[in-house]
This record gives sequence, C-alpha cells and structure tokens, in this order.
Amino acid sequence: TEEEIESYEILSVNFLEVASPLVLSIWILVAAVAKIVFHFSPLPKYVPESCLLIAIGFIIGALFLANTASPFKPELQAHIFFLYLLPPIMMEAGYFMPQAAFWNNIGSILMFAVVGTLINAFTIGLSLWGVSMGGLLRGNTTINFLECMTFSSLISAVDPVAVLAVFEEIHVNQVLHILVFGESLLNDAVTVVLYRVFESFNEIGGEHLATQDIIFGFISFFVVAFGGILIGLIMGFLTALITKYTYKVRVIEPIFVFVMAYLSYIIAEMLTLSSILAIVTCSMFMKPYVEQNISTKSHTTIKYFLKMLSSISETIIFIFLGTTSLSKEAHQWDTAFVLFTLLFCSVYRAIGVFVQVTILNRFRLFKINRRSQFIMTYGGIRGAIAFSLVALLCSKVISAKPIFFTTTVVIIMFTVFVQGITIKPLVNFLHIQKAEKRKPTMNEEIYERFNSHLMAGVEDIVGHHGHHWIKEKWEEVNHKFLEKLLV
Amino acid sequence: MGSRTSSLLQQEEIEEIQQETGFSPKQIVRLYSRFTNLDKSDRGMLRVEDLYRIPELVINPLGERIIQTFFLECESDQINFRQFMKTLGLFRPYKKRYGPEAINTREKKLKFAFQMYDVDNDGSIARDELLVLLHMMVGSNITEEQLGAIADRTLLEADLDEDGQISFEEFIKALEKSDCEQMMSIRFLN
Repeated sequence: TEEEIESYEILSVNFLEVASPLVLSIWILVAAVAKIVFHFSPLPKYVPESCLLIAIGFIIGALFLANTASPFKPELQAHIFFLYLLPPIMMEAGYFMPQAAFWNNIGSILMFAVVGTLINAFTIGLSLWGVSMGGLLRGNTTINFLECMTFSSLISAVDPVAVLAVFEEIHVNQVLHILVFGESLLNDAVTVVLYRVFESFNEIGGEHLATQDIIFGFISFFVVAFGGILIGLIMGFLTALITKYTYKVRVIEPIFVFVMAYLSYIIAEMLTLSSILAIVTCSMFMKPYVEQNISTKSHTTIKYFLKMLSSISETIIFIFLGTTSLSKEAHQWDTAFVLFTLLFCSVYRAIGVFVQVTILNRFRLFKINRRSQFIMTYGGIRGAIAFSLVALLCSKVISAKPIFFTTTVVIIMFTVFVQGITIKPLVNFLHIQKAEKRKPTMNEEIYERFNSHLMAGVEDIVGHHGHHWIKEKWEEVNHKFLEKLLV
Repeated sequence: MGSRTSSLLQQEEIEEIQQETGFSPKQIVRLYSRFTNLDKSDRGMLRVEDLYRIPELVINPLGERIIQTFFLECESDQINFRQFMKTLGLFRPYKKRYGPEAINTREKKLKFAFQMYDVDNDGSIARDELLVLLHMMVGSNITEEQLGAIADRTLLEADLDEDGQISFEEFIKALEKSDCEQMMSIRFLN
C-alpha cells in the first residue's frame, strides 16, 4: 500500500548523495583517531608522526587495492593538495614564524633556498642524464635531457611540509631549525620556476629552444618570487587595515585573517606566481598588526583554528602519500634509476651544503659548525610537493613519467622514513644544541629590547649598516607610518 | 682619504691596537677613517658633540645613554682613537681562544650594558633607573602604572638579596640564559 512505500522511502540509504562529505569526514576522523592512538603508544619516542601516518596510508591503500569494486580511489589529487591541503600548513608556518631568527639568518636562508636548490637541480639532472646516456638504465632506454631536468627540478627541493613534520619533533636549536625550515619555504619560487620552465621546454621540444626562452626562464624567477611576495604584502596590508575596523563585530575577526591569507594564496596561484611565498609573506606581515587590532579571544581562536587546520591537513597529506604510493597509477621500477637518484640526491645535497656553509661562514658572525652542517644535509626531506608535481606531469609529453613517479615515491619514503627516524638519535649523538622552550623573563625581555637599540647605535657609530640598523629603520617606519595607519 | 689615513696612522700603532683589541689591520684602518670622519675638530680626539652629529644615533631611543657610556671610561669628554677602538672591540664576537683576559668577554659585554642601565653610576640599578630606561624605550602608549609594574616585576625577578637594587652580580645572574655573547656582537667590515 501507499503507506508502506512511504515508510520504506524514509528509511532508504542514500549513500551516493552524501558520498563525498561522508568519505571526507571519515578520512579526517580516521586521521585524528590515528594521531590519538599514536600518542598513547610508546612510538613517538622513536618514530616521527609522519612515518606512522604514511604507514596507515599504506594499509588503507592496500585495502582499496584489494577491493577492485570500490568506486573511490584514495589518491592524492594534485589540485586538492595545492588548493586545499597546502595553504593551511603554509599559513601556519608564516603566522608562527620565529621572525627574529628568520631575519637574523635571512642571508644564509636565501643562499640555501636559491643557490642550493639550483645547484641540486642542475647537478642531479645532469648526472641522471649522464646515467641514462651511459646506457645504465633497464633495456638501455634513454631519458632525454629535458625530461631529466624536469624530474630533478621537482625532486631537488626540500619539502616544507615534511621538514616541519620532522623538525617540530626533534627540537633542534633555533638557528639550525630556521635554516632548514626557511630554506624549504623560500625555495618554492625556485622549484615552481624550474619545474614550469622545463615542463614547457619539454613541450616546445629541445630542438626548437631559443636563447630567448632561457632568458625568459631566468626573468620569470624574479617575477614569480617577487610577485608572490608583493601579493602577500598587499593582502597582509589589507587584512591589517580591515581588522582595524572590526571592533564592533568581534566574531568575524578570524574570518578576515583566514580568508585574506587564503586569497593571497589563490590569487598568486591564479597569476602563476609563488603561492607559498604569497601566503607566508601575508601571514608574517599581518600578524603584529592583527594582534594589536583584534580581541584576545579572537586571537586565541585564530591560533587554535590555524593549528588544528594545519595539523589536519598535514595528517591527511601523509596518509594520502601512503595510499597513493600503492595506487594503480602507472609505476615503473628501474633499479638503476632509483638508486642513482637516491645517491645523487644525498651526495649533492651534502656537497652543496658543505660548499655553501664554507662560503657563508666567511660572512656569518656566528659560524655554522660541521655537526650542524651534517644535520642540515640530513634534514633535506622530500615530501608531498614533489609527489604532487610528479603526478601533474603529462605522460604524453614526458614518456618517462612512470619511472619518475616510482622514483619520487622511493625518494620520499627513504627521506621520510630513514632520515626522519634516524635524525633524532643523530641529533643526540652529535650533541646538537637543543631548543629550550620557556618564556623569556622580564629581565631578558627588557635586555633584548635594550640590546637591539644599543647594537643599532653601535652600528651608527661604526658607520657600517648591518642588520641591527635595518631593524631599527624598519621599526622607525613601522612606528611612524604603518602602525598609525593599521592599528 | 686613503693616503691621509695611512700617513696619520703609524704601523706600530696599528700593531698595538691589533694586540689590544683583536681587530685586523684592515679593520683598524677602516675604523680610523671613520674616526677622522667623525672628528670634526681634527684634533685626533672625538668629543661628545661629534657623536651627537650622527643623525641616526640622535633619534635612537637610547642614543644619549650610548654616547654617555662611550665616554664613561675616560673621565673627560673626549676619547682618542685608541680608546675608541677599545670600546668598539667590546662588540667583536668572542671566541674561546681569546682567553678570559680579552676585552670582549661575556662579562665585559654585560658590564657595558650594566653601565648603561646604571644611570647614576653608583654600581647598582635601582627602580627609578629602570623606569628611566623603560621610558626611553617604550612609546607613549604605555601608562605610568604599567611601566611601574614592569619595573617592579623586573626588580623582583633579579633582586636576589632583596635590597631593592640590582647589583652587577645579580644582573649577570638574571641574564644567565640569554645569549649575550651573540646578541652584543656585530660584524666589522674588513
């Protein structure tokens, strides 16, 4: 009868209609529960969280692989990664950046991020090309030069997400931390440009390349980097300005902070500029002004929401890394290529860090010692950015994509698991100075402020303008103009 | 400038200063040209007014204190190049191989800071001296009560023998965990 049909419909299971949000919620739930379980186990002492999450990803991936009927593929899609998962982590990185340490070491950080990444990309690319030309690959296949360079440009950069995940747990001293972490953040522009340049060179084809293209590639580096920074500054400025007028509606304060930062990322992405530099700059710039403008409660909300968002993103990324590694996406194992990539990645990073530290130490007031240098080499962890970039490669243009894909997975697994797990014991073994977590006392705070004025004064007397002078100038401009305008 | 600098600065003088301060000859020559540049009266002596002529130093919130402390050691209101170098040598980064007698040890750096805190120059920092310092450093948007509270807390933290003042020993103790050697060092160009 009619009544029966109706009651039947009320009870119907309408899975497809809610499929995506349901699966998404379950994902986040699984990820969060996995974290709880992990921290109740004795594992955190030995294994970084990221390793465990990837392992869980392996298990889930295997389950999906076994169940061929499943309509869902638990794979990390590049656009989801870049548009939704990466921005929260990068925003957190910028917002909680230890700015004093960052600016004090900016020269070294830039050197590692730009010169270091370029050295890595070109040496790895050239060497792999040599290996391929030497006929060392399976079945004497050759991978052409441009393909090798495309691959090396995505594999040579240190990954900010993976570095954050590992370095947050080992608590090395601030200088060492900021050097590796800063490098991983600022090398984004280099990675983006190299990747894009070589990808388009592949499309144009080696024989049609003109000098002009190479010059444009060089110019585009500056456009991508400074464009990203500029967008970050503009959006950060606007956020600070808006929060000046939110004191009547306190609840929307966090919204502006999040939406504006996200917008900076998306706009940079739209204009193919460095989106990571944009969002990091935006959050770094806005922070001091926003903090003065908004209520304490809003600020607490922002802090917690940001921490939560980024930790969830990070968790999902690592689980996805596990599942996608096992996915049905075309894999092609080539022992020689994998092993040589692994070798080149490690050796060239070591050489690159050594050479750069030797040069930098001539200019640094306080030198980077050999032991710290080793940890810097060892901190060169690759992660989801390389993974997403390799997945984005078009297999029609780059025929070696399956080899690249498999090799990228191996490099990520090696750096995250082997280096990630052993870095903590190594830090202890080498007696690397640890970070201490405590609030500065009143005396220390006053002394610190006092000292920065004093050192700026000494620089004035000496007549040589170092970073104390720059800091003092910035504070003057900040005090005279920006704070008046934005607070 | 170059010829004048080298003619006025004797080789043995450079060596002596090098011995005393640890600066390299190049750094000494460079700083000497700075010194003569600042020395408007051209008598080989730097006077208080000469330092007041540095525009950035004048707008530095602690500029006046810095200048006063610079002239503290020599008791007159002028310093010669050697004294000038000795004070600047304090801000060179300290290395262990310099030994405890060097002019730029942690303790000597902190002594300079302490002398800047110690406005009335009596060997200890009292509450009103802290207030003077805080006044210089913070803008006008902090109230007198707040500044007082900060000064009280600072004193409470550091004043171990509870005499209401911070002695040099207490000052060192309070900044035990600060990285003073690094913070109070700058890089001198060659």
